[in-house]
Amino acid sequence: MKVHEYQAKDLLKAAGVAVPAGIVATTPEEAGAAFDELGGGLIVVKAQVHAGGRGKGVAIAPDADRAEALEIASGRKPRPEGMAKGVQLVQSRKAAVDAAASLLGKTLVTYQTGPEGQPISKVLVTVGHNIARELYLGLAVDRATQSPVLMASTEGGVEIETVAEKTPEKIHRETIDVGLGLAGFQARKVCQVLGLKGETAKKGETFFKNFVRLFIDKDASLAEINPLIVTESGDVLALDCKLNFDDNAMFRHPDVAALLDPAEEDPAELRAGKSGLSYVSLDGNIACLVNGAGLAMSTMDLIKFHGGEPANFLDVGGGASKDQVLEGFRILLGSPSVKAVLVNIFGGIMKCDIIASAILAAYDEIDFRVPLVVRLEGTNVEAGKKLIEESGRKIITATGLTDAAQKVVAAAKGVA
Amino acid sequence: MSILVDKNTRLICQGITGKAGAFHSEQCRDYGTNLVGGVTPGRGGGSTLGVPVFDTCTEAVKATGANASMIFVPPPGAADAILEAADAGIPLIIAITEGIPVLDMARAVAYLKAHHPKTRLIGPNCPGVITPGQCKIGIMPGYIHKPGHVGVVSRSGTLTYEAVWQLTNLGIGQSTCVGIGGDPVNGTDFVAALRMFQADPDTEAVLMMGEIGGNAEEQAAALKKSGEFTKPLAAFIAGQTAPTGKRMGHAGAIISGGSGKASDKIAALENAGIRVAKSPADMGITLQAALRD
Repeated sequence: MKVHEYQAKDLLKAAGVAVPAGIVATTPEEAGAAFDELGGGLIVVKAQVHAGGRGKGVAIAPDADRAEALEIASGRKPRPEGMAKGVQLVQSRKAAVDAAASLLGKTLVTYQTGPEGQPISKVLVTVGHNIARELYLGLAVDRATQSPVLMASTEGGVEIETVAEKTPEKIHRETIDVGLGLAGFQARKVCQVLGLKGETAKKGETFFKNFVRLFIDKDASLAEINPLIVTESGDVLALDCKLNFDDNAMFRHPDVAALLDPAEEDPAELRAGKSGLSYVSLDGNIACLVNGAGLAMSTMDLIKFHGGEPANFLDVGGGASKDQVLEGFRILLGSPSVKAVLVNIFGGIMKCDIIASAILAAYDEIDFRVPLVVRLEGTNVEAGKKLIEESGRKIITATGLTDAAQKVVAAAKGVA
Repeated sequence: MSILVDKNTRLICQGITGKAGAFHSEQCRDYGTNLVGGVTPGRGGGSTLGVPVFDTCTEAVKATGANASMIFVPPPGAADAILEAADAGIPLIIAITEGIPVLDMARAVAYLKAHHPKTRLIGPNCPGVITPGQCKIGIMPGYIHKPGHVGVVSRSGTLTYEAVWQLTNLGIGQSTCVGIGGDPVNGTDFVAALRMFQADPDTEAVLMMGEIGGNAEEQAAALKKSGEFTKPLAAFIAGQTAPTGKRMGHAGAIISGGSGKASDKIAALENAGIRVAKSPADMGITLQAALRD
């Protein structure tokens, strides 16, 4: 689960991690008031969306040309004069109001959002600082050590993926003991690596320890502060912050779970999650409904291998009940680009004849506007296939993975 | 011979009185697994499926001589259940539960390494382990398996069934099939499973199903390349068409920051001389080809 920058900063602040003062605004007028309340001077107005690359992002009207916006946000096309960026520096109340007006109600397209962009309903009005140095801090669970690992680098403010690829030696790693948190000596080591000295190093130590404590206490899955800044006056502050949380641990963090902003989520993915389905939309035109994540990924691969393009990943779990299949079909058919649907179920404990009945019942409840190919394998497969073949519905049955893929690819092309 | 489980395995189920725990315990018993008891805190003294239920693992081990535990405890208490089993001296713990918080597993795995280094944890979020014809611990359908000499190891469930079914239909039986699970922090990785298969005289070859995310497949490739694993090995990697930054169902199946890509894994495996099936329809025949190499 992702949260907004302003929410992440609230959590940091509560955990004793220093952040610049800031106020959230939902209208240009509120942004103006926030400017005054923060004491004026150098102020930054930042669009609140769940994506990086906001500084180079493009805020456009929801009906504007998004493909072109993506080209501009990715730096592949020059930016026209006056086109609003996702992060704007202002030095007057009027400029703050104008900046907020150029963002609120718009869609922000960044290199990370794709052409769809993300809607902007809030801006963070925050105090600008005189930056002496820009550093990087990241925390994630590392599979190799089976622990969280704190990553620190002097190369802040740029894409850390690029640093990791080109100069991996510039990323310092500290393995975290989940019981211990960040030990004092580790915090001091990080300060040394980052070149923090004297009072600034003391501030850094507190910052790093509390940051790691927050990650562990709130079951974060990814935390990134980029840039972590050292101000000219020697303060250490989180200028930006990205926090993701472990969905599986949200049962014990209702405060964090309440921060979910449904407007930032893919509606189909949200809807799928409510029915216990796991769904990810892709660009192709062949939809698939599969039981099990590994088999679902493999089915996408299979479609591609046979010359088709998968429209999604959809895992209905081990069971595949009628309600799940029905909801799955509704989600798949909700995408206008879908030209054919492949159901690929390996019935283990759940028998194929039961699954076939579920498919037929779901098929009858919705207007199935595209060809449906069903491949069943496993327990009672013959009975399941017979049910479908004798049902009189226009469902194409397949035997084996290759046959299924060939049939659905042909169907999507209008051949079958 | 086989690895991990066989006719001598004495199984208890933690969470045996829950719906899934009860159903799958019965399925395992019907397959021929020696189910000797179950554990549900607060339900001790009763019995279910003809076996006694205990409040704690320690009591269960004392009364039944159990040497393996299958965990169906719901996610909030599952990591604790793993530790309880280890503390009771159970050498093999197979955690089926899906959705355990990652940091709970990080704590549990660190605890096991520190206090019970000899305990073998399989999973979590896995289908389990089966030695065909002898012992099934988990949620896999038993009848698709056939006793034989090919080891199977995989990060996913239904994809493993698919692979096993392909093998069985080719007349190729399995020594033991191990689902290591789809979570980022788990008890057993590919390297550990391959080492067990290497040491098992009854396993002649191994079929391995990996997926995007992490570098466990690359480590397996290195084990083969170094000459430590010498048996024929075939593989399939799921997620060749998965986009970056999107989690594909399994908590571990995500390509992040350019690492964990299927193409890198396939290249590493092929570079180590491992045959990789291009299509999931070819997992069985790729293993068959590896046997003939």
